[in-house]
Amino acid sequence: MQREVSVSLRNMVILIVGLFLFWEFAYLIVGEVALRSPWQTIQVLGKLMRTEVFWLHLADSLKAFAAALAIAVALGLLIGFTLGLHRLSGDAMEPMLVALYSIPKITLYPIILLAFGIGISAKVAFGAIHGIIPVALFTLSAVRNINPILIKTGRVFKLSPALMVRAILFPAAVPEIFTGLRVGFSLTLIGTVLGEMFAAQRGLGYLLMNAISLYNIDLIMSVTFLLVLFAASVNGLLLAIDRRLHHG
Amino acid sequence: MSRLRLYQFAIVAGFILLLEGLCLAGAIDKVTMPPPHIIVRDFIRMMLAGRYFGEIGKSLGNVLLAFACAYVFGVVTGTILHGYKSARDVLDPLFATYYAIPVFAFYPLFIVIFGLGDGPQLLIGFLLAVVAVIVTTLNGLDRVPLVLKKTARVNGLNPLQTALAVTLPFCAPYLLTAAKLALAYAFIGVIGSEFIMARAGMGYEISYAYTNFDNATMYPLILLILLLSIAANSLLSHWEKVLLARRGQK
Repeated sequence: MQREVSVSLRNMVILIVGLFLFWEFAYLIVGEVALRSPWQTIQVLGKLMRTEVFWLHLADSLKAFAAALAIAVALGLLIGFTLGLHRLSGDAMEPMLVALYSIPKITLYPIILLAFGIGISAKVAFGAIHGIIPVALFTLSAVRNINPILIKTGRVFKLSPALMVRAILFPAAVPEIFTGLRVGFSLTLIGTVLGEMFAAQRGLGYLLMNAISLYNIDLIMSVTFLLVLFAASVNGLLLAIDRRLHHG
Repeated sequence: MSRLRLYQFAIVAGFILLLEGLCLAGAIDKVTMPPPHIIVRDFIRMMLAGRYFGEIGKSLGNVLLAFACAYVFGVVTGTILHGYKSARDVLDPLFATYYAIPVFAFYPLFIVIFGLGDGPQLLIGFLLAVVAVIVTTLNGLDRVPLVLKKTARVNGLNPLQTALAVTLPFCAPYLLTAAKLALAYAFIGVIGSEFIMARAGMGYEISYAYTNFDNATMYPLILLILLLSIAANSLLSHWEKVLLARRGQK
């Protein structure tokens, strides 16, 4: 076990060093015109973090993301449990959800903008529609694959539907639901940033698009780096919990 | 089975009727969304007039190009990577985290590097699609029974022959899943990039129509994109099921 951990740690270090080397190498080839080196990017990011405007944009993105995630998780779990418990609805809706999952949701963004207007609510709605479906799909399959004996036991004890979910279904389905939450987390983040890139006046996505029109490579590189760093580290953490839940 | 289809049909029809009702009753105002029957009418008019066929062709061409590159590169990389366990172990965390990273955030960077042409869009489509292909290919190759590999060795096949004649054909269902995912991702990547910033293409036309409050163009184009992606997805899913059923795995 100890050896396994140290091996995976070594692999991780090799990967990260490799990615940074690739970045440095690309910088040496492409040059100042379009790229910055990793070290320059980190310096710019440090400088950026000392400005007040940056924190306003970051706070706006995080607020929208948190609200979107809360909606995605709540609705996703609700849909997943409802469909998972009702066989026919589940069978009918699952392929439809999968089909919805594969459409480029960004094309729906104008509709959301028209419905909500430019501002935080459109961002939240857009982030949420990215996250709801994966949470619902994973929850659906988690609930459906619960050992029927557990459910029968619950029936024998005459549990109310609410208690059934809380005491039996949820604990039994937790590992797979957690996988859904992990995927939902990533997709909600992607959705929120995408929404900001297309139409917003604040947030990190807006900062990125604004940087293109100003041809500010420093800003593009440092914001992209920050987003990747955040997404990768949170996902790494969730992945570790996920693996423990599945094997522990 | 037919009861299931009926149920699905009822859900879709009910949803459309609900929208129609809300639009006609004025709960959804005309500026936000025209009633579905108007959208369908505009859609048919657009198709008959052949408007935007150039744009549609351009976008779909780019989707197919990004898909083809990602698919070939992904299957080849996956097959090679399967032979090198340590390289695979190093790349594994990257694969596991890859789809958590907002790849679209790289789009501004690619525009700066390659200019505002097809290049950045193709690259985003490629990047979104390629890892799904690599991971699915590896997944399939992991399931090749030992006896098949031994048979290949007994017959003295070299690694390339083994891949082409034994392991990859065994992985056919996985390769099909990879194609399905890659196509969906390439579609999302190309259309999404066009949407954020581009000079032409379906995504660009939708965002242009949005800026001009041109609902008669925007909604039919959105409908077309939805229909195309859902049709491609259901077709490939169906084929996948047929293939699995033939192998007795379903």
